[in-house]
Amino acid sequence: MIFYILRRFLYAIPIAFGVSIVCFSLVYIAPGDPLQTVMPPDATAETIEIVKHAYGFDKPIPVQYLIWLGHVLTGDLGMSISTRRPVILEVTDALSNTSLLALFAVPLSFFIGYTMGAIAGCFPGRWLDRLVTGTAVVGVSLPNYWLGIVLVVLFAVEYSLLPATGMGPSGSTNFHIFEWSSARYLVLPVFTLAMIPIGILARTTRAAVAEVRNQDFVQTLRAKGLSEWAVIRHVLKNSLPQVMAVMGLQFGYLLGGSILVETVFTWPGSGFLLSKAIINRDVPVLQGTILTLSLIFVATNLIVDLLQSLVDPRIRRA
Amino acid sequence: MSDIALDKPLETFDEQAVPATQVRGYWQSVFYRLRHDPATLFFAAIVLSIVLAAIFASLIAPFDPYKESVISRLKPVGWKDHLLGTDELGRDMLSRLIYGGRVSLLMGVVPVLIASLVGGVLGVIGGFAGGRINTAIMRTMDVFYAFPSVLLAVAIAGAMGGGIVNGMLALTLVFIPPMCRVAETATTQIRSLDYIEAARATGAGTLMVIRYHVLGNVLGPVFIYASSLVSVSILLASGLSFLGLGVRPPTADWGLMLSTLRQSIYVVPFVCALPGAAIFVTSISFNLVSDGLRTAMDVRM
Repeated sequence: MIFYILRRFLYAIPIAFGVSIVCFSLVYIAPGDPLQTVMPPDATAETIEIVKHAYGFDKPIPVQYLIWLGHVLTGDLGMSISTRRPVILEVTDALSNTSLLALFAVPLSFFIGYTMGAIAGCFPGRWLDRLVTGTAVVGVSLPNYWLGIVLVVLFAVEYSLLPATGMGPSGSTNFHIFEWSSARYLVLPVFTLAMIPIGILARTTRAAVAEVRNQDFVQTLRAKGLSEWAVIRHVLKNSLPQVMAVMGLQFGYLLGGSILVETVFTWPGSGFLLSKAIINRDVPVLQGTILTLSLIFVATNLIVDLLQSLVDPRIRRA
Repeated sequence: MSDIALDKPLETFDEQAVPATQVRGYWQSVFYRLRHDPATLFFAAIVLSIVLAAIFASLIAPFDPYKESVISRLKPVGWKDHLLGTDELGRDMLSRLIYGGRVSLLMGVVPVLIASLVGGVLGVIGGFAGGRINTAIMRTMDVFYAFPSVLLAVAIAGAMGGGIVNGMLALTLVFIPPMCRVAETATTQIRSLDYIEAARATGAGTLMVIRYHVLGNVLGPVFIYASSLVSVSILLASGLSFLGLGVRPPTADWGLMLSTLRQSIYVVPFVCALPGAAIFVTSISFNLVSDGLRTAMDVRM
């Protein structure tokens, strides 16, 4: 087991380096001189020279990468062009707001999606299965930013039950989870965000459960006289690793996909930060946010792999 | 055995013999299954009509999608001759929706096609060559896998600065790694099978083996996976437009229309929801057709 954990860690390191290289090159695929995208447009030629030297832009690209990596490892992601604040502060502020959404959206979508898929998989072909598969397809094909807009129209415009956008009544700065006056701002974004993972998870779980149910050992369990509930418990346990892999991917989706939902609800999280960075052509913020989110995603996948190997010892030996 | 009573002379049995069972070929049985799958046929018809509407937009659209009118801004459904109302610049919604299908379909199909080609070739090379070449290709793909797909598309399109070509390029890059993985898995699975070895033993070169034995087994999964990606691509593309990273105004595009009409949800809520409904219907139709094809072609992935 320890050997497996070590191997997985060693495997994640080159991936993380690859991710950092891709993020580093974002500045270079931006049209124009990389420095121009980092500097304010009204900078004088003199300041440009100084900054060029200070940031090492006059050195060869591999050296520039190492310098940049050194800065990143010490927590320096550069300065935001639009707000003149360090990118790392912008990103951590935004991330705390996004994690608030994820805190509710992840358990909600995992629970509903898994339950729906498990029920459908245990009763294939029945009306319940059809209902679940239908709902799942809708969930997968729904543009979630549109769902957000429709929900705003229904609940905020037509019936004024819930607030349309934002993270609290205007003027208030702190968010209290346990007070309905601010918690109600969470309801619509969380539900919108959870919709796609629910669909994908229900689909995957249904397929995984149906596949396991067709395996020989299930017949053996029945032959041995186990009750249907006990059989289902075995089936669910055996389908879990496959489902967990998808849950890991969906966690990443919730991080990345939140960009559209947060834009619709103007929720000041990492996705909203990204979409602001795009509008302002703020490449340092774009780069820093994407680097942070991707590294979190790499870490999540690592954790999911380790959890999978806990549930299914066969994975450890593979 | 003489106690078996025969009420007919033996010869007649020959004529009555079971009629030669019709053996269907692979494609025949695929079409047979498709013909008997009304749901898939229904959604295929929707996909077809969306495609036709986009192609013949100039013939079908009742109005010029770019003709603005100050007096008829943000009118509700059915106002005068505007069946689906007008947008914030007084342009006819129905016409814009019909024209908008062009961009959405283009951005849904082109990236998937290019990615299938590039990813498929890389996957077959990696799977067939094995060893270091495989490791080099697949580990590079793993790096791109480490990005959530929306994030990667936004990152590339955001850095390059939007536009329809950059958007398509970003989506292509997003789809190459999963495509490559599908092709690689299929190739690796059959590479070590006996008949490949037999083909080799009879003197077939690498290209011959790939052309006649590998491709036939890889194209099925690649095609089915690609068809399922079209709906993802349409969703991602309109997401990019929604963020301002796709087509530029005044081009009619569902994602962009949704984004500009967002400001007007208090005025004409129903009209503002229409572009999203178009995206949803297109995406779910492609999704279900892909599901139906997978079942009919009996492809397991």
